[in-house]
Amino acid sequence: MDFIMQPWAWFVAGPVIALVMFLMYYFGERFGVSSNLETFCTIGGAGKFTDYFKVDWKQNSWNLIFVLGAIVGGFISANWLTPTNEVVLNPQTVKDLADIGIQNAGSTYLPSEIFSIETMLSLKGFIVLLVAGVLVGFGARWAGGCTSGHAIVGLSNLELPSLIAVIGFFIGGLIMTWLILPLIF
Amino acid sequence: MKHIKFFLIGILFGIVMSKGEIISWYRIYEMFKFQSFHMYGIIGSAVTIGLVVMFLFKKKTLKSFEGNEIRISPKKKGLYRNLFGGILFGLGWALAGACPGPMFVLVGKGVLAILVVIFGATLGAFFYGVSKDKLPH
Repeated sequence: MDFIMQPWAWFVAGPVIALVMFLMYYFGERFGVSSNLETFCTIGGAGKFTDYFKVDWKQNSWNLIFVLGAIVGGFISANWLTPTNEVVLNPQTVKDLADIGIQNAGSTYLPSEIFSIETMLSLKGFIVLLVAGVLVGFGARWAGGCTSGHAIVGLSNLELPSLIAVIGFFIGGLIMTWLILPLIF
Repeated sequence: MKHIKFFLIGILFGIVMSKGEIISWYRIYEMFKFQSFHMYGIIGSAVTIGLVVMFLFKKKTLKSFEGNEIRISPKKKGLYRNLFGGILFGLGWALAGACPGPMFVLVGKGVLAILVVIFGATLGAFFYGVSKDKLPH
């Protein structure tokens, strides 16, 4: 039990993700989270605006159920499997974050400068959260996949489009982390 | 009821995302600063095992639960869609510190603010759907 309660090392987490991918295919579906965003659009009536969303979303209900499970898994972990919220970071990371205005890095899973209720209810904080989401959703659907569909499945399947997409993920991520984040806080 | 297995796999996914600290904003920041091996180790080991799994799917050594051949539908080709879409995704990933999977796991953790990010991501998918004919692919 002690093993479960500790943070899982990369050589535990990585293989478990591969197992999740395997199980999805083994049971006849696929592994990809961001397509659920399109299903949300379809359920919300986006088919009125473009035929792109006029699909029978019930065919993708298995993926919505998967996401529901992910939410429950997060709940189970947070309440019963995670005795401490601390994330042990490289001291240099903590210092770098303090320099750009994010304090106490690693004392919880998420920085309060982005995810606290007060930040969410401020205009700037709300816009940061919303814009981050729009970029993820727009980018993932333009590229045809996110970390699961491209980085895990696509690279495992030696797909050139996925290699290009993952290079894109890193170009965008490096620009945000090194150039834009220091200007926000 | 036939979907209960995907619910259970989802729970496993949610637990590994949490316990592997992949849902932590800091782990994503640290990755893009090249200050920790953690995320590289996770993605690298998942892909390494994934390569073997995909190979065994192709060789038909591994078949589905129902005994059928498992085929992986190829990703859509196109430099612009994958590169530009990827870059926008990366900008959002590093800002939110979460890609779509972890976003939902964070809902289960009780992080209210992530709902704004998920709403934004849905809006982003909608914007793509209505503008896709004007975008290069």
